[in-house]
Amino acid sequence: MKTAVIVFPGSNCDRDMAVALEQVTGKAPAMVWHRETALPDGIDFIALPGGFSYGDYLRSGAMAARSPILRAVSDAAGRGVPLLGVCNGFQVLTEAQLLPGALMRNAGLNFVCRTVPLTVENSQSLFTACYQAGEEIDIPVAHHDGNYFADAATLDRIEGEGRVAFRYAADVNGSARNIAGVLNDAGNVLGMMPHPERAIDPAHGGTDGLRLFEAALGVLA
Amino acid sequence: MKVNVYVTLKPGVLDPQGKAIHHALEGLGFGGVSDVRAGRFIELDVADGTSDADLDAMCAKLLANTVIENYRIERA
Repeated sequence: MKTAVIVFPGSNCDRDMAVALEQVTGKAPAMVWHRETALPDGIDFIALPGGFSYGDYLRSGAMAARSPILRAVSDAAGRGVPLLGVCNGFQVLTEAQLLPGALMRNAGLNFVCRTVPLTVENSQSLFTACYQAGEEIDIPVAHHDGNYFADAATLDRIEGEGRVAFRYAADVNGSARNIAGVLNDAGNVLGMMPHPERAIDPAHGGTDGLRLFEAALGVLA
Repeated sequence: MKVNVYVTLKPGVLDPQGKAIHHALEGLGFGGVSDVRAGRFIELDVADGTSDADLDAMCAKLLANTVIENYRIERA
């Protein structure tokens, strides 16, 4: 199992993500700089980490979504390689139009940084197969622009297709229908604002994020 | 040639920043403001003869996120 973490200038959760991937796979991921135009051969899983890529210039994730490596990432996702975007990574995925919708300034305007309960909405995806549908899990959030927006028709469509992976159990940032994580139509791309990589070790205060990596990396499959 | 691009939130998209500015104006004693919407102004210096199609593509591909924003191009 070969994994990769894409690193942008301003990424700050890239090493947390690397620790999570190494803990689950036993092998350190390739850290791939944004200027690269190709991924290492044989990558089985790609992560876009949290942070403030390019200083959030223009819009959160906007510059990263147009960076050279994103073309290779998008091509890999098109071939079915699992792609996880966390926090800023989720913003990059929407800006790159690999996921529907957009992430706007939190409705309360405050940066939100705390552990929140999420409801697992879809337990059939490759990222969520180790959870039970309807299960409540505790995962930390830390973001300023996590207010998920899409028009009503898009929201109805993704809900109807089971593409809402996670929902906030209570309002956190004003997100439409409390959506916290969204899958693409093929099911191999997941974007989520909460940080599963910050909940993989008892020392983190919880391990509810671990099963996401175990499912996606095929550890328990 | 200078080109001005105005990026604004689509009608119906909630604008928390506009709301905060509105509250601040009220706090300063400016009554009679019924709504505030915040946007972004981008000034481009482009080659003379840059086509409308190219300017439009710049806005659609990068300067605005058309999921939530509209844009208006003005040749200065």
